[in-house]
Amino acid sequence: MASLSLGRLSLARLSLARLAGQRRGGRGAPLHWTDIAAYAYLALGVLLMFGPVAWLVLSSFKTQSALLEFPPSFLPFAQQEVSVPGQPQPLPLFRVTLPDGSVRELAQVRRIGIMAQMVDPKDPALEFSIPIDKREPVRKVAFAVENYTEPLAQFAFLRFLGNSVFVTVVATLITLLINSMAAYALAIYEFKGKGAAMLAVIGTLMIPITIILVPVYLVVTELGLVNSLWAVILPGAATPTGVFLLRQYMLTLPRDLIEAGRMDKASEWQIYWRIVMPLTLPALSVLAIFSVMWRWNEFLWPLAVLTKTEVYTLQIGLNAFQGELQTQWHYLLAMTVVTLIPVTLVFVFLQRLITTGIGSTGMK
Amino acid sequence: MAELRLVGARKSFGPVDVLHGIDLAVQDGEFVVFVGPSGCGKSTLLRVIAGLETVTEGEVYIDGQRVTDRPASERDLAMVFQSYALYPHMSVRKNMAFALENMGLKSAEIDARVTRAATMLRLTDYLERRPKALSGGQRQRVAIGRAIVRDPKIFLFDEPLSNLDAELRVATRKELAALHAEIGGTMIYVTHDQVEAMTLADRIVVLRAGRIEQVGSPLELYNSPCNTFVAGFIGSPRMNLLPATVTGDDGTLRLNLAGRAIAVERPAAGLAPGKPVTLGIRPEHIVMAKADADLTLTVDLVEHLGGETFVYASAPGLPQITLRQDGQARLARGEVIGIRFDPPHLHFFDEAGATLARP
Repeated sequence: MASLSLGRLSLARLSLARLAGQRRGGRGAPLHWTDIAAYAYLALGVLLMFGPVAWLVLSSFKTQSALLEFPPSFLPFAQQEVSVPGQPQPLPLFRVTLPDGSVRELAQVRRIGIMAQMVDPKDPALEFSIPIDKREPVRKVAFAVENYTEPLAQFAFLRFLGNSVFVTVVATLITLLINSMAAYALAIYEFKGKGAAMLAVIGTLMIPITIILVPVYLVVTELGLVNSLWAVILPGAATPTGVFLLRQYMLTLPRDLIEAGRMDKASEWQIYWRIVMPLTLPALSVLAIFSVMWRWNEFLWPLAVLTKTEVYTLQIGLNAFQGELQTQWHYLLAMTVVTLIPVTLVFVFLQRLITTGIGSTGMK
Repeated sequence: MAELRLVGARKSFGPVDVLHGIDLAVQDGEFVVFVGPSGCGKSTLLRVIAGLETVTEGEVYIDGQRVTDRPASERDLAMVFQSYALYPHMSVRKNMAFALENMGLKSAEIDARVTRAATMLRLTDYLERRPKALSGGQRQRVAIGRAIVRDPKIFLFDEPLSNLDAELRVATRKELAALHAEIGGTMIYVTHDQVEAMTLADRIVVLRAGRIEQVGSPLELYNSPCNTFVAGFIGSPRMNLLPATVTGDDGTLRLNLAGRAIAVERPAAGLAPGKPVTLGIRPEHIVMAKADADLTLTVDLVEHLGGETFVYASAPGLPQITLRQDGQARLARGEVIGIRFDPPHLHFFDEAGATLARP
């Protein structure tokens, strides 16, 4: 009898331990294969999404010659150099296999044909003549910071940056304002042709910029806006995506709130500005992120209307590194990293706003 | 404070007529309750008064002024919504001050009014909270507070208690009655709950399918409903409505009630023998009788509420009859009881359901 109950007790304990061991259970519990599969899947996702960015950032610190190297290296490497007494300039360092089979680190003085004349940095009197295939460069990790500093100093990059910031900020503000006004009308009011108006707005989504490039360019020219930043800002200020996004969100706002505003003697502007806009904040921040990304990365339209260097935006400025005959990849990559920074920051700071939904409407 | 007048107010949504010509006058300081089943148009009528809906036809006058075409913001009315409709992004204080800011009052005046209303509604401790941090009852009080700070011409309430639990509903109902006694404004209140209507109203407006069925004080409606609809709607449990046939009307109204003869002393109303009528009697006006009973019934169900007992009983050929007994009646299912109607409390309705004129 006693042994039976003891046995039952230990059985219960065993099953409890097994239960605890599953799913992030006790320490040392082996991961279930589904956990491993999930982690592997997530790791692949990270690699796919973040790999190119990491490659870009690391490559931006490579020298021009290191970029063209084959096979390519992941980290930026540079050949080590040493100062040798009796030599006016620092000399590149090589690891050399000598005819007797020993390996030494030697500095190369000059190269003649397939032979290299080398010295031992520790003993400059000792000179060697080595076939070039017997030597290998000694390399160390080195960040070519000049990829960043040189274009920032030489080119008008701060100016381009300023132009880009101006275009992005002003265009985003205008976009938010007029899109939310259009969305307010299409979501809150009842009027004849409301459906048709909405369809027309959505319909413009189907017309790509390339098709209307020329007519819009002509309009902008007539308005005398060519080579002004307003030519970049104004034509794209009203986006169908933005109107649609905000309208759909505003439709979810309780009608009672708007009617309560009317009863509270609020004017239409006050209802829009003090009731609807604050409650639409999550959708507005989504649109703001989109708008910033669109405007910051916009290329084709600014390229068409901006022809003077002083009004270039960053993306157009970057294009200058890409010549007809050669591309300065090291500058291009470094400046691409610079242009990525603001968009990343915007996303980091605004993404929290997206998730705070309207769960807090205070309605029951 | 103001009086309100509706003249022939009609409202259609496309082909659907919701209000069929409403004529109504509400006196200054009166508490009027619109009551009716769902879909009867009572909320639409309130929204028409508020200005949130325009009338298709007819006129709305407030204080003698025609306001038919004026938008809600210019009618100077305040409304408490069923959902409360508190602005979720504003604190309680801001919620109450919003209308006052729109009216262009000075901030000292706004503060004074908000503080006064908050004190009256016991909200002073919650002024800086957001609505979502309040309980249902507190939200309800904020919604009322938002209306009373305005000092509007008329207060409109759209089923304000329907989101509260039973206990809180009774408490808030009393508070509303006290509030009306204290500030004395003209109030119009919409509900589908006839108990709320009976307890709060100076006058009740009973609506059905977009028409006013009867207007009167709660007891008027209770004692002399003008038709079977009002008779059935007002009072809980419902009035018993029993089909009968006239057999004679010569100073004594003789009826045939499912094969039993009933005679009531009543001045002749010229009812031809054979005419169908409906006999109405409230559950509390039926008495149990051992001898010379009008009807013999079999008990179906007994509800003991402690202070009173409801007995549901039936007889062949008649709908189920409800009786109310004071105290705790010792009755059981299946028991056979005799009942007698209290003649002065009998109601008679004609074929169309309208009350036969009382002598």
